[in-house]
Amino acid sequence: MAVPKVCGIETEYGVSRRGGGEDNPVVASSLLINSYVDDKKVGWDFEDETPARDARGFTRDASNPPDVETHLVNAVLTNGARYYVDHAHPEYSTPECTDAMSVLRADKAGERIIAASMELAGVTLGSEGEIVAYKNNSDGKGNSYGCHENYLMDRNCAFGDIVKTLLPWFVTRQIFTGAGKVGAEHDRDSVDFQISARSDFFEEEVGLETTIRRPIVNTRDEPHAMSSQYRRLHVIVGDANLCELSTFLKVGTTAIVLAMIEDNALENDLSIYEPVRALRSVSRDLTCTSPLELRSGGSATPIEIQWQFLASAKKYAERTGLEHCGGADVGAEVLRRWEEVLTDLEGDPLSLDGRLDWVTKFCLLEQFKDRDGLSWSDPKLALIDLQYHDVRPKRSLYERLVQAGKVERLLSEEEVERAISRPPDDTRAYFRGECLRRWPKSIIAANWDSIVFDVGSGSLQRVPMMDPLKGTRNHVEALLNTCDTPLDLIERLGSPLA
Amino acid sequence: MPEREQIHKTPQKRREQESTETSVPTAQGEKIKGELDELLDEIDSVLETNAEEFVKSYIQKGGE
Repeated sequence: MAVPKVCGIETEYGVSRRGGGEDNPVVASSLLINSYVDDKKVGWDFEDETPARDARGFTRDASNPPDVETHLVNAVLTNGARYYVDHAHPEYSTPECTDAMSVLRADKAGERIIAASMELAGVTLGSEGEIVAYKNNSDGKGNSYGCHENYLMDRNCAFGDIVKTLLPWFVTRQIFTGAGKVGAEHDRDSVDFQISARSDFFEEEVGLETTIRRPIVNTRDEPHAMSSQYRRLHVIVGDANLCELSTFLKVGTTAIVLAMIEDNALENDLSIYEPVRALRSVSRDLTCTSPLELRSGGSATPIEIQWQFLASAKKYAERTGLEHCGGADVGAEVLRRWEEVLTDLEGDPLSLDGRLDWVTKFCLLEQFKDRDGLSWSDPKLALIDLQYHDVRPKRSLYERLVQAGKVERLLSEEEVERAISRPPDDTRAYFRGECLRRWPKSIIAANWDSIVFDVGSGSLQRVPMMDPLKGTRNHVEALLNTCDTPLDLIERLGSPLA
Repeated sequence: MPEREQIHKTPQKRREQESTETSVPTAQGEKIKGELDELLDEIDSVLETNAEEFVKSYIQKGGE
């Protein structure tokens, strides 16, 4: 049976040092984050991190599981997010959310946090240049960094069923989740412009890797929750989005599809031949109409495959409801927007200028191409592609389009502002964020499923939070309000939150 | 599969076909064009200088 789709997004930002100083990405990332967290820093607790566990039922094969890097900057924020250095990038993980609108809010708040960090780092650096971050996925030279989604799943759901549905799902959803990219990563299949910035980097259908031989379906099995009950689906195939509709649909539709897999509610087998090849060909088909061969016989275009998923989702919403995947209101909005986007993609993809990233970027590039008489290989177009993702408000081309009223927004700036410092109400992120806000000096470390308090006397107190849906505002706000100190809290809690 | 054909099948064509069917009143068309020119000029003013050098120097380590 479908479990609540607790979800979130983790984004690695591209990072550069400009105008002087050593261009060391680890140093730049650390400086960026330290400038922001400064004295309010609370460290990450690495107990219980097991990134090598595989969803297919084993731990560590011949692949290279990611390392847990304990020595780098790693902080927890009052909005429940994690802000840290991962490899050579600043990374922001949203807090746990229960619907796509909440994820979108927390993700946009992340962009603002990065922007504030750059400004603060600039003050520290003074005349020694500045640090610039990009919310994109590629340097255009074969190096990629990820924007991963995470969804809570029922442990009893067979992983084979998940893989079977997700392959055609991920291959076709890029028609609305793609961030767009000028050119290709490899000469062998060059292209002027493609829908997804990530699709060139995928070489396998299923696997544990995230840095080499990347798989469309990633098998990392590290639930950060009761592992007998749950798994966490770690999605690595997506692009980092700036358009709010792209992020909203990416998370909202995927949550519904995952719930349908758990409830066995998908009507047709949509498996396609050669999904890795198809991922690239769909990314290169700006009309979204080239047919893919179905294993069940015949063929269907990416839009037609999406229509089939939507048809199942609408029936599922009627029969079962969307309580577990976004709730009735957000769920209905996801279905409405999904249908609208497919209708418009079918009519004329360019009509989605200002709503989807890849179309917005493509139209901007076309305008410059026309006006300046440029060829697709002109470096100016590559610069526009890169600078679309610049997170500095004054340099971001995406932001220029927003200011010019050319981009549709789903969020108000007030709610983004609030999401910078406040956690969502309806997951354990509320407890994490609120404890940090109230008692920053008494929290020694925190992670997804626990907080360690120094209550002033005796040993450190660890509060486990293994259930992502416990520790909500409804659950703990009254209790927190009765506590003057963390010691009060520990005494009154008595037992773990879960 | 004729991949080349697919690559060149961009939405551009469809847009051109449609724009011949609907005629935008000249005054309104001029205004839209004026606004677009202004926006492109504004973007030009915030673009990094020396595009080629800038793009070449943007090198990242792989992540994830």
